[in-house]
Amino acid sequence: MQEIEVTDVSLVYDTPAGQVHAVDHASFELKASEFLCLVGPSGCGKSTLLNILAGFLKPSGGEIKIGGKPVNGQGMDRGVVFQDFAQLFPWRTALGNVTFGLEMKGVPKEEREQIALEQLKLVKLEKFANAYPHHLSGGMQQRVAIARALAYNPSVLLMDEPFAALDALTRDDMQRLLAEVWRETRKTVIYVTHNVAEAVYLADRVVVMSPHPGRVKKEVVIDLPRPRDPLSVAFLEYQKQLLQELGEATAKPSARQ
Amino acid sequence: MTDVAAGAGAAQRKEINAAVARSYWRAAASIVLALVIYEGVARSGEFPVALMPTIPTVAATFYDMLLDGSMIKHTVFTLYRVLFGFSLAMVVGIPIGILMARFRPVENFMLPLVSALMPIPSFALVPLFMLWFGIGNLTTIIIVFYAATFPMMFNTWSGVRSVNPLWLRAAGAMGADEQKLFWKVIIPGASPFIITGVRQSFIRAWIAVVGAEMIAASSWGLGWVIFDAKEFLNADIMLSSLVVIGMIGFLFERLVFGSIERATILKWGMVRTARN
Repeated sequence: MQEIEVTDVSLVYDTPAGQVHAVDHASFELKASEFLCLVGPSGCGKSTLLNILAGFLKPSGGEIKIGGKPVNGQGMDRGVVFQDFAQLFPWRTALGNVTFGLEMKGVPKEEREQIALEQLKLVKLEKFANAYPHHLSGGMQQRVAIARALAYNPSVLLMDEPFAALDALTRDDMQRLLAEVWRETRKTVIYVTHNVAEAVYLADRVVVMSPHPGRVKKEVVIDLPRPRDPLSVAFLEYQKQLLQELGEATAKPSARQ
Repeated sequence: MTDVAAGAGAAQRKEINAAVARSYWRAAASIVLALVIYEGVARSGEFPVALMPTIPTVAATFYDMLLDGSMIKHTVFTLYRVLFGFSLAMVVGIPIGILMARFRPVENFMLPLVSALMPIPSFALVPLFMLWFGIGNLTTIIIVFYAATFPMMFNTWSGVRSVNPLWLRAAGAMGADEQKLFWKVIIPGASPFIITGVRQSFIRAWIAVVGAEMIAASSWGLGWVIFDAKEFLNADIMLSSLVVIGMIGFLFERLVFGSIERATILKWGMVRTARN
């Protein structure tokens, strides 16, 4: 059985200029522990789709099932990581942020702090458990956000361009770290990005989307052993293939003739 | 990368402490300078000594008033009125501010009222409130309450509205229900504004209590004693009361609210300090 089933999901906005099809009949599936990247140019609806998966938005049509159960609003079966560093609660320490979900679940204080500390260890931040977010760098804040989303043990991790606002070097570090975290936790991950190299580095499978209306254009299975070498020929081939798909996705039909 | 960040934290703290010490010295120096200038003018003979007493005279009067207990009694009366009215303003202003931000109808109802009433100086209402509530504690407390409520309400309203929607989403995704969302996210998220509101309210309350006491208080209070002293040209008594008024205002502003800020929003990095 599939862990996640996205079937014919659409989201239509009514605007003064008419209807906007942000997501148009998107369908794909994920096996448990699979790492899927949603790639596409801006306006292709990849972030909208992630927000629907997270339960922040209601689709106008179609259905999403996680673990066989239809998604209806937010749920603790999913952890969410956003792009913005400001997602952390500034009034809570790193540890306090990571314990939040467990606190909502009613886990006793000692136990939840122990679990949170393990999660911080996973993202190599156990030394900064008592630091407030404003004392942490952008990369560290995003690591806390990942630990926070994992702490209450959801089966699915939803990530919306979590490293897009970081500098290139830090981003490379983060991708390596996330690959490690994923190997250890075996979560089912849906990861939104517009960075093709990032998608090839992380994903088992890449779903390429095209804009106006936001549609699933193509699925590409990344069949490379891990850890992946971004300079290998096969890696660059995949990158080229995805860039080509994206180029076609971005280009207007008239420009292609 | 990680060690550098930790080192920067400690160094930053040391630097901030040094800056605080420097600012205290600067403040002391400017106060001393102002006193010296005052003393010079008072001793120049340009003005009658009774109207502009020298600092030693004021100090002697102040000391006498402390010894006979009258200054303490005046202070206690004023503090009672201001704290009563100010606490009432918090109890009423903060919840209404929250309701305004959370519920459209409350906002629609309250906003015109707040906009219309906030610009009216509380002092302008003293004669009217005297007619309604008589002379004494009740009128002064109501004036203080009036002065302090609106900034409290207004800032709380802005604060709750400015809570980062990302925090609400993140908390919702982690299973926070409405009640948890309110206490664990909205209130701390709005705290920079709420604390600013408390601060502004206290300043307005403190100004209002002294003014209201001048007209509407009977026999006790720091504002009353200043107004009463003019009958006998007792400038030394006026100045002694002013010193107490200034000191209490300073104490609340710096020590009480300053330490609340340091323990919360400054520690959390939720406000930029003007120091840097």
